[in-house]
Amino acid sequence: MSQTPPPEVEVAGLDVVFASGRRSVTAVRDLSFEVARGEAFGIVGESGSGKSTVLKAIAGLVPAPAGAIRIGGRSLGPKRSAADRKLMQFVFQDPYGSLHPRHTVEQTLQEPLAIHRIAKGDSLISQALRDVGLSDALRYRFPHELSGGQRQRVAIARALILSPSLLLLDEPTSALDVSVQAEILNLLARLRRERSLTLLFVSHDLAVVAHLCERIAIMRHGELREVLPVERLRRGETSDAYSRELLRASLGFARAGESLAFSPETR
Amino acid sequence: MSDLAPGAIFDAAPRSRGEARIRDIRRALRPLMRNRLAVFGLVIVALLAAMAIFAPWLTFGVSPIAQDLSQRLQPPSGAHWFGADELGRDIYARTVYGARVTLAIVALVSVIVAPVGLAIGCSAGYGGGIVDSVLMRITDIFLAFPKLVLALAFAAALGPGIENAVIAIALTSWPPYARLARAETVTIARSDFIAAAILQGASTSRILFRHIAPLCFSSVMVRLTLDMAGIILTAAGLGFLGLGAQPPTAEWGAMVAAGRDAIFDQWWVSTIPGLAIFVVSLGFNLIGDGLRDVFDPRSS
Amino acid sequence: MSEAPLLEVEGLDVLYRGRGGEHRAVRDVSFTLGRERLGIVGESGSGKSTTGRALLGLIPPPAIVTARQLKFQGQDLTQLSPRAWQALRGRRMSMVMQDPRYSLNPVLTIGRQIMETYRLHHRAGAAEAKRRALEMLEAVRIRDPETVFAQYPHQLSGGMGQRAMIAMMLVGEPDLLVADEPTSALDVTVQNDVLRILDDLVTRRGMGLIFISHNLTVVSSFCDRVLVMYGGRVVEQCDAKALHEARHPYTRALIAAAPDLQRPRAELAVVHRDPAWLA
Repeated sequence: MSQTPPPEVEVAGLDVVFASGRRSVTAVRDLSFEVARGEAFGIVGESGSGKSTVLKAIAGLVPAPAGAIRIGGRSLGPKRSAADRKLMQFVFQDPYGSLHPRHTVEQTLQEPLAIHRIAKGDSLISQALRDVGLSDALRYRFPHELSGGQRQRVAIARALILSPSLLLLDEPTSALDVSVQAEILNLLARLRRERSLTLLFVSHDLAVVAHLCERIAIMRHGELREVLPVERLRRGETSDAYSRELLRASLGFARAGESLAFSPETR
Repeated sequence: MSDLAPGAIFDAAPRSRGEARIRDIRRALRPLMRNRLAVFGLVIVALLAAMAIFAPWLTFGVSPIAQDLSQRLQPPSGAHWFGADELGRDIYARTVYGARVTLAIVALVSVIVAPVGLAIGCSAGYGGGIVDSVLMRITDIFLAFPKLVLALAFAAALGPGIENAVIAIALTSWPPYARLARAETVTIARSDFIAAAILQGASTSRILFRHIAPLCFSSVMVRLTLDMAGIILTAAGLGFLGLGAQPPTAEWGAMVAAGRDAIFDQWWVSTIPGLAIFVVSLGFNLIGDGLRDVFDPRSS
Repeated sequence: MSEAPLLEVEGLDVLYRGRGGEHRAVRDVSFTLGRERLGIVGESGSGKSTTGRALLGLIPPPAIVTARQLKFQGQDLTQLSPRAWQALRGRRMSMVMQDPRYSLNPVLTIGRQIMETYRLHHRAGAAEAKRRALEMLEAVRIRDPETVFAQYPHQLSGGMGQRAMIAMMLVGEPDLLVADEPTSALDVTVQNDVLRILDDLVTRRGMGLIFISHNLTVVSSFCDRVLVMYGGRVVEQCDAKALHEARHPYTRALIAAAPDLQRPRAELAVVHRDPAWLA
């Protein structure tokens, strides 16, 4: 009997508390979920839900209690080794802030290669640019010479150049126009297929997450309200009151008494 | 590739990192070139550099240290364009050669002060906690000393001379740069691109050197150019007190001091070097103002 | 019974001249507005916000705003003096902006700001102005108007701040409200609350509303009519309910590019920009 591989990501009882002086804010409370290898998992929540904090805890950017985070079966603490860093990479929300303003595209892509002492950087960089659909002419440009969509592609190229198996995405398309968002989402779907990536996609936009992900977790005020497969979400089969409210609000504006094309509550 | 970049994409793509950098610097400095006062300042500083480098030619071989007591305190004339000092030395030649000392002091102080300030400030800002506290308290201690007094103390302890003057000035000038670098670092450290570097596994020193320090550079440059005038004056002050370059080396501050007894009757002995100090300080100030407008338009 | 239109715009142009050359942010925009909700949808650079600001005379020189016709309630807006604009703004036409953190004065209490707006346009004593301000705060369904009256903008959540902004902008009882991305900075569950308030106030007071947004879902469900802008031009004008029958390729592409909860697709349509659209 073959053994199923361990889940790529296991979060168990994650608590994240930010303390400054006497005041403390609980950003994430007792969160537990699992993501299988190769799965696209979405986390949706409004502001203050703690969704970005979960992602940062997995990445090691904010401290998490020991044993709360396991990647590929291994428990990971805040101190990450070089090998740990190669396993997972992060795409940030703001395409204007996630690239160093004084580094050319080439330098931005070279940096992870230099840190991990990977040779033949030039060909890897050319390949990375091709993978994200950027022309080689942009190689020596600075971020301020690129559009938002192009910057985000560079950020994705940078994330993938070390060939991680897990990609963490924190609202990667929220700052982009709808048409540019469509291109980036298509790009992510293709890259995921080609490289068999596991995706952890955080967003406040339910429609975007439902497009890309297979299972969706809904968070509110630091707590996990529900995890459900996307088909059930689309049919409105939510079991949590807040999830229902979020779904209804995401469908658009409805005046009192008016019903939308599909009403989740008729189930 | 279908979204258009905001304009810059329409010129030919640079073909290497170096070419990209040069283009970027030129583009950043173009507004500086349009600022007439800043260009005037650049001309002055260029003249200073020219005077220092081409001194032997510019003085037509006249020596700055050759004494001729028969020419003592001669007014400006065909023989001595700026007159002669109390030992009969040609003031024009001494002024031109004095540029070397000024330039040397300015260059040496800059080369010490900027890296030290950046290193301490960036480390403090990025490290936070106890590292920040300790480094900043050390900075505060040095900041508390008045420049000239500390310089005097060092000169008294180490003996007079240009090298010691440079050390003394540098030791009292670095604190503001550390503070500046720290303030910038604290803001920069919160950026996503730093988080990205951490996530790639960059070591702290790599982040400080390659990611943070380059971004603090422009503020440090602006501050440095604006401080030049102060550095030149401090050096001149030390020279005036006899603690800088020692005789017979021509140094503008010392020249001013030497002429102070004769200032009413033989005004040229003090005034000419004094004017030189003034003009060079003005030049650096104008450049500094121009740079500040280019790099930090909010503060103007 | 047909009524004279509130706003008549014909051939509106906004031109910016900079060192890099000329830039036409708004080109030949024409539409009329009655006492209805008109949505203006576009991506960044489409000129939608600039159009909104031009309608209120908020485009400062050196930009040049021209129009063949720009009439508000029959009054010509093209040659208005600054004093005449001041009399109009806040009193008969008003604007709500995206983020109350940046559009409310951070050093004045909410109550003070609303009172100030009211007293700018009405001869009223402090007591009367305070009463009106509290009335407005209640009208935007703030449960505890007295408390919010005394609070500063930074003490309010996004939704509350936006309601306070709406209260402030409607206290003068304007006939036209321009809302520039009023709900874009808010959580989606709060968005609908704020939209409901706007809806209620606009209907009850018979105001005209121009709703500027990049969000097609919200605009198509909230507004009566929709204008789609691209590259400074209006490429589509239609009823909100008829949006799926839109004719311009950009509109169709924009609708197809947005992920839809109810229509899953493997790949989202990508907008192929035809340079002819910018002609």
